[in-house]
Amino acid sequence: MIQAIAFYLFAIVVVGSGAMTISSRNPVHSVMWLILAFFNAAGLMVLVGAEFIAMLLVIVYVGAVAVLFLFVVMMLDIDVAEMRAGVARYFAVGLALAVALAAEILIGIGAWEAGGVKISRRAAPIDSAVPNIQAIGDLLYTRYLFVFEGAGLVLLVAMIGAIVLTHRQRSGVRPQNISRQNARRPQDATRNVQPPVGEGVEL
Amino acid sequence: MTAFFNTTVGMSYDWAWFTATIVGILVIALPLMLAVAMIIYADRKIWAAMALRRGPNVVGPFGLLQSFADGLKVFLQETIIPSAANRMLFLLAPIITFTVALIVWAVIPFQAGVVLADINVGLLYILAASSLGVYGIILSGWASNSKYPFYSALRAAAQMVSYEVAIGFILISVVLWSGTFNLSGIVMAQQSTLGLHINAFGINPLLFPMAVMFFISSLAETQRAPFDLTEAESELVAGYQTEYSSMSFALFWLGEYANVLLMCALNATLFWGGWLPPIDWAPLYAVPGIIWLFAKILFFFFLFSWVKATVPRYRYDQLMRLGWKIFLPVSLFWVFLVSGVLMWLRVGFQS
Repeated sequence: MIQAIAFYLFAIVVVGSGAMTISSRNPVHSVMWLILAFFNAAGLMVLVGAEFIAMLLVIVYVGAVAVLFLFVVMMLDIDVAEMRAGVARYFAVGLALAVALAAEILIGIGAWEAGGVKISRRAAPIDSAVPNIQAIGDLLYTRYLFVFEGAGLVLLVAMIGAIVLTHRQRSGVRPQNISRQNARRPQDATRNVQPPVGEGVEL
Repeated sequence: MTAFFNTTVGMSYDWAWFTATIVGILVIALPLMLAVAMIIYADRKIWAAMALRRGPNVVGPFGLLQSFADGLKVFLQETIIPSAANRMLFLLAPIITFTVALIVWAVIPFQAGVVLADINVGLLYILAASSLGVYGIILSGWASNSKYPFYSALRAAAQMVSYEVAIGFILISVVLWSGTFNLSGIVMAQQSTLGLHINAFGINPLLFPMAVMFFISSLAETQRAPFDLTEAESELVAGYQTEYSSMSFALFWLGEYANVLLMCALNATLFWGGWLPPIDWAPLYAVPGIIWLFAKILFFFFLFSWVKATVPRYRYDQLMRLGWKIFLPVSLFWVFLVSGVLMWLRVGFQS
């Protein structure tokens, strides 16, 4: 009963906020709707018992990715009229993409209806009593260890690549030397003087 | 409690669970509000004592009712929404801050078995919820449509995202040592750490540096001094809450202190034994666990106030340097160190 109510609540909000994401005029509002959609998707995952994935969705997408989106979007100065003009120009491309995605979903569902693919080496289903952090950990660090490490390496290369591409050595700047600042003591920087009355301080 | 509503009151299991959860939420949230009011008073008294002042001493005996008087005052004030502000998000921002500060309490264990949601991803839930806290601040800064709040929002976002990375690694070393993400499990794993009859990960020489770093990161995460650059009054007026008035301001205020209490509770739970007594000695277990937990929370709150009263504010570049160039590498190295030591202790070297 409660599960059913929760499911329909989450599902309706996901679909609704997804629609609002693409239809709302203000890009910051769009990001907020997107975050709401992520949240409710996480709720759906909790309902099917994938609590680890749900938490990861919130931590990674809501906590990091959407913050960056929001950061970028907040800084943008968006002209709605200009965007309208863009819609007409890219309409054909957008339509083609939408048709392709819809066709893929339909093909996928059709293939699923026809029965599963025969794969020679399948992972045995994991006992439902095992918490899914443990189950995922077991699989990632044993069976899929090399794939997992490969994915990590790809991400590392991407990160270093982004830094290399955007980092430029600037000349003519005087950056702060933090260790020198930290090493500086009051007696090096200040002088205690007791000027006689009426004479002032010698600078 | 679900069983009580199910059998004694005679509800169906679903509704019994629902009612029990609502009651549990109220039992946590209402005392928490009271605690926040009292902790604000305590905070002001502690600063006052350190500055050789008297602090609030007019409303009620010893000024104890000061926070309630302040609350009543903001409640009766007019809510002003700047005409250039984005109305919906402007009002949403304090609500987000306040809600996020409350929802994390769902997984804090107050005593053996006394926890609203005993989920096995408790620590991840805390990370997820605390990563949401930044939205209240970013949105308030953006929706105010005003310069200082916007600067403050940018600072806050950068600061919280930076320190969350370090906090993540620190938590991983705790999780590695205790072998569970469940907070009750982490508390139980601290019983008689290293066989020394002291119930705290903090006395483990490998985890003590993490405990210190977690304390400092929690100061940064809650934007308390010395990391309160988001509301640095000499630079940014009142930071992201400059344009807020009345209850919307009060929600920021309550949320901020609820977050501070939460971070104190996390410090106590993750590193200093939570609801276990400090020493693993049978007579001490006669005292209810919740009292030990509260004592530890108050101790950490005193440290928070002490830091605020005595440490000058960081410069922004120093703040970022501490987060990215010191905490991040050290905590990352520590994850390797802890996992290496644990492999050696629990699995042993294989040739």
